[in-house]
Amino acid sequence: MSIEKTEVWVTGIGLVSSLGEGLDTHWEQMTTGKVPVPPVDMEDQAPYPVHTIVDIDVGAQIPKRSDQRQMGPWQHLGVYTAGLALDDAGISHNPELLAATNMIIAAGGGERDLDVDTTIMEKIHGADNPGPLLNEALNSELRPTLFLAQLSNLMAGNISIVHGVTDSSRTFMGEEAAGVSAVETAVAQIQHGQGEIFLVGGAYIAERADMSMLMEFGHTLWQGEPGSVWSREDTDGGMVMGSAGAFLILESRQHAEARGAKPYARINKVVSDRCNRQAGAARQVADSLFEQVSDQVPKGPLPVLSGCCGVQPQLNEEHDFLKGLSDHGIDPAIRGVSTLFGNTLEAQLPLSVILASLAISKGSFFDPFDESGAEKVFSGQPESVLISNWGHWRGESLALVEKPDAPLRGDE
Amino acid sequence: MSRSAKDHKGRPVVVVTGIGIVTSVGEGKEDNWENLTAGVSGVRKISRFPTDGLRTQIAGTIDWKGDSRYCAPIHSISLAKKSAAEAIEQSGIGSRGSFPGPLFVANSPAETNWDQRMVVYNEEAGAGSTGYERLLKNVRAGNFDRYYSLFQFASIAEHLADEFGTRGQPISLTTACASGATSVQLGVEAIRRGDTDAALCIGTDGGICEEMVVRFNLLSALSTQNDDPQGASKPFSKARDGFVMAEGSATLVLESYEGAKARGAKILGVVRGAGERADTFHRTRSTPDGSAVIETITRSMADAGMSPAEIDCINAHGTSTPENDKMEFLALSAALGDELENTPISSNKSMIGHTLSAAGTIEAAISLLTIQNGVIPPTINCNEQDPNILMDVVPNEKRIKSVNSVMSNSFGFGGQNVCLIFSAEPS
Repeated sequence: MSIEKTEVWVTGIGLVSSLGEGLDTHWEQMTTGKVPVPPVDMEDQAPYPVHTIVDIDVGAQIPKRSDQRQMGPWQHLGVYTAGLALDDAGISHNPELLAATNMIIAAGGGERDLDVDTTIMEKIHGADNPGPLLNEALNSELRPTLFLAQLSNLMAGNISIVHGVTDSSRTFMGEEAAGVSAVETAVAQIQHGQGEIFLVGGAYIAERADMSMLMEFGHTLWQGEPGSVWSREDTDGGMVMGSAGAFLILESRQHAEARGAKPYARINKVVSDRCNRQAGAARQVADSLFEQVSDQVPKGPLPVLSGCCGVQPQLNEEHDFLKGLSDHGIDPAIRGVSTLFGNTLEAQLPLSVILASLAISKGSFFDPFDESGAEKVFSGQPESVLISNWGHWRGESLALVEKPDAPLRGDE
Repeated sequence: MSRSAKDHKGRPVVVVTGIGIVTSVGEGKEDNWENLTAGVSGVRKISRFPTDGLRTQIAGTIDWKGDSRYCAPIHSISLAKKSAAEAIEQSGIGSRGSFPGPLFVANSPAETNWDQRMVVYNEEAGAGSTGYERLLKNVRAGNFDRYYSLFQFASIAEHLADEFGTRGQPISLTTACASGATSVQLGVEAIRRGDTDAALCIGTDGGICEEMVVRFNLLSALSTQNDDPQGASKPFSKARDGFVMAEGSATLVLESYEGAKARGAKILGVVRGAGERADTFHRTRSTPDGSAVIETITRSMADAGMSPAEIDCINAHGTSTPENDKMEFLALSAALGDELENTPISSNKSMIGHTLSAAGTIEAAISLLTIQNGVIPPTINCNEQDPNILMDVVPNEKRIKSVNSVMSNSFGFGGQNVCLIFSAEPS
C-alpha cells in the first residue's frame, strides 16, 4: 500500500526524576563533558541502592488539598508530571483540547501503606487462628483513601479529575512492557486516525519496600555500589531501581501544525515482543524486532539509549545485541539509561523517548554515562535515536525517535 | 472484497467467532445460559476464608474442587484459561497453543495477598526484625521464584500468553469495572487498524480475599444482606443496598469479517461500535448531570452508525448500588430519549454478582448469547422496582424476543465509562 501513515510528533514533555525536574536540569547534568555521577541513595532500601525522587511542589499541579489527600506519593508524581507535559504542550486549561485528549497510562499496582501492613503482620504473626484476627486488623487499620491510592487506574482517574483530560482513558498494567505498550499503542492509534492527541506515560517510585520485596522474590536486586550497568557484565547481575515521572504528549503532525505546536521529535516506530526468557531467546526476539525497523535506521554512527536494567543473563544478551548492530553498518553510541536513572519500570520507555526527543531537539547527544569505553562519544547532530528496552522479567522492545523533518526512509 | 467487509466508516468489520464464559452460575456457555435464563443466582456465603467481623460475608466466589491454598493470580489465570480455551475451541482458529493474534487481558492487579505475605513473614531468617525488614531478610535467604513470576503486575497476561501462544507483547489493562469492555475495545481497534486479523480478548477476576472485601466495605459499596445471599444483588429495585463481589472470566475471539469468512468460521455476532468518555467529577461517582455517561452512550451509537431505535435490548451495568442504577437510568433516558421505553434492559449482575475487571467481557458474551438465542435473561430479585427508575428491567422472568442488537454498558471507579454495541451478522 502506498498510503502514507500519519506522522507522530512529540509536542509536550513532563519529566521528574532522581536528577531533578524539567528538561533543562537534565540536559545540564548530562552534557558536562564528564561522566555524570548518578544520585544514589544507599540507605533508604539498604542493602539495595535506589535512585530516589526529588521533592516536588505537589500544590503547583494539584492545587486542591482535597485532591492531594486522595492520593499517595506515586499518584502525586504521576498527576504532577502529566500536568507538566500538558503545560508544555500548551493544552492545559483548554477544555476543548483536553476533551479530545486520549490517555494511556502505564501503571503498577498502586501503593500500599507499609505501616499498616507492618501493624497487621505483627498482630497476626504466630496466631493459632489468624483468619479472624486478620479481619479485625484490616477493619481497624485500612482507610477508604488508602484503597483509592492502591487502584492502578486511579492515576488516570486523578489526571482526569485534576487536569480535565477526558477522551479515552486506558491504564496498562505492569512493568517495563506496560510503558512500551502505552507508547506503541498511542503511536499506532495516531498513525491510523484513531485519535489525534495522546497523553502517555507513567511514574515509579523506588523507595518502596513492598516493591523491593516484589523484585527480590526473583533475587534480581543489586546490592552495594552500583557502578555503571555495563560494569555488572561479568557478575551475576542485578538491577538498581529508579524513580521517575515521565509523560509525553504525542500528536499527529497535522493536528500539531493546525494549532501551531512545535515538535521536539518524531516517533517513527515502536515494536515489541516477548519470550519465555530461555537462554538466548530474548536476543532472538531483539534481532527479529530490529528487522522490523532496520529500513528506517540510518547507517553509520547512531545514538542508542538502552534501558538495560542489569539483570542477568539479559544484561549480556542485550549488550551483545547492541554491539552486534555493527553487523548492519551501524556504529552504536550506547547510553545505559539505568546507570543514571535506575530502572524506573513502567516509566522507563517513556523516559527514554523523552531523552531521545531532548537530544534531537538540542541537536547533540549525551556524554557517556560510563568510563569503561563501553559508551562511545557521539559528536554529530542526531538524526535518529534508537531505543532498546527489555523488561527485567518479560518483554523486549525497540523504538526509533528521529528529527521531525528527517526524510522517511524506504517505507513499505 | 465484499461490501459487508467494511463498516459505515470504511473500517474492517469486526466479528466474534468464539465465546467462553465461567461465572458463579456456571462453567461454560451452555451451563451459564441455562442458569441465567432460569434466573439462578450464584451468590453464596463466603467459605474461602473466615468472615468473622466482616460487614459483608457473601460473594459470587468460584472455588474449584481440590483447590489447594487460594492465590489470587493463580485463580485469575485458571478462570481465564477455562474461558479462553472454550472460546478458542469454538472459533476453531489457529492451532493448539498458537493463537494468530494479540492478547488483551482485563484483570485486577496481581498483588501479593496476605496468605503469601505471611508465608514469607513466617520464615525465620529475619527473626528479630519486624515489618518489611523481616520480609526482605526472609526473601533474600529463601527461594521465592514462583512468587516473582506470579506477583508481577503483568503476570496474569504473561502466563496466558505462554498458554495460548498469542502474538506479540500481551497487554494487561485496567479501567476498574469497565476493564472487560476495554479489552474488547482494544481488540476492535487493533483489527480496525489492520494490525491483525484476530485478537483474543479476556476479562478475568478471581480476586476475592479478605482485604478486597474490607476495601469495598470501606467505600460502603457492597450489599450487607448476608442472610439472603441469593437475594442480595437486586439491581434497579427499591431495596438495593450495594453490589455483590463475584469472580469469573469470559473470552471473546475477535476477527475481521474478511478473515473469518475466508477461513469459513461461523460468525456469532458483530461488534458494531464502542464509545468512551472519561469523567472528571469524582473518584467513585459520576458527574451528577450524567454528561460523561451520556456521551459514552451516544459516542457508541455514532461509532456503530446506529440510532436509538435500532438498539433492541440493553445489557445494563446494573450493579445494584443506589448510585449506579439511578445514574444509568438518567443517562439512558437522555441518550435514548423516548426509545428507552421500548427497550428492555437487564442486569446479569443480579445473578452472577459483580465480577469487577471481568464484568465487561462477561456481559459482552451474554449480550451475544442474547442475540443468538432470542431470549433476554431476567433481572432477578426485582420484587419492588425503584419507582424512580422507569425502565423495562425484565423483572424476574426471562423474555423471549427477537434481538438483533444489544448495547452493553460498563462504568468504573476513576471516571471510566465504556459502552459496546453488538449485533447479529447481517443476512
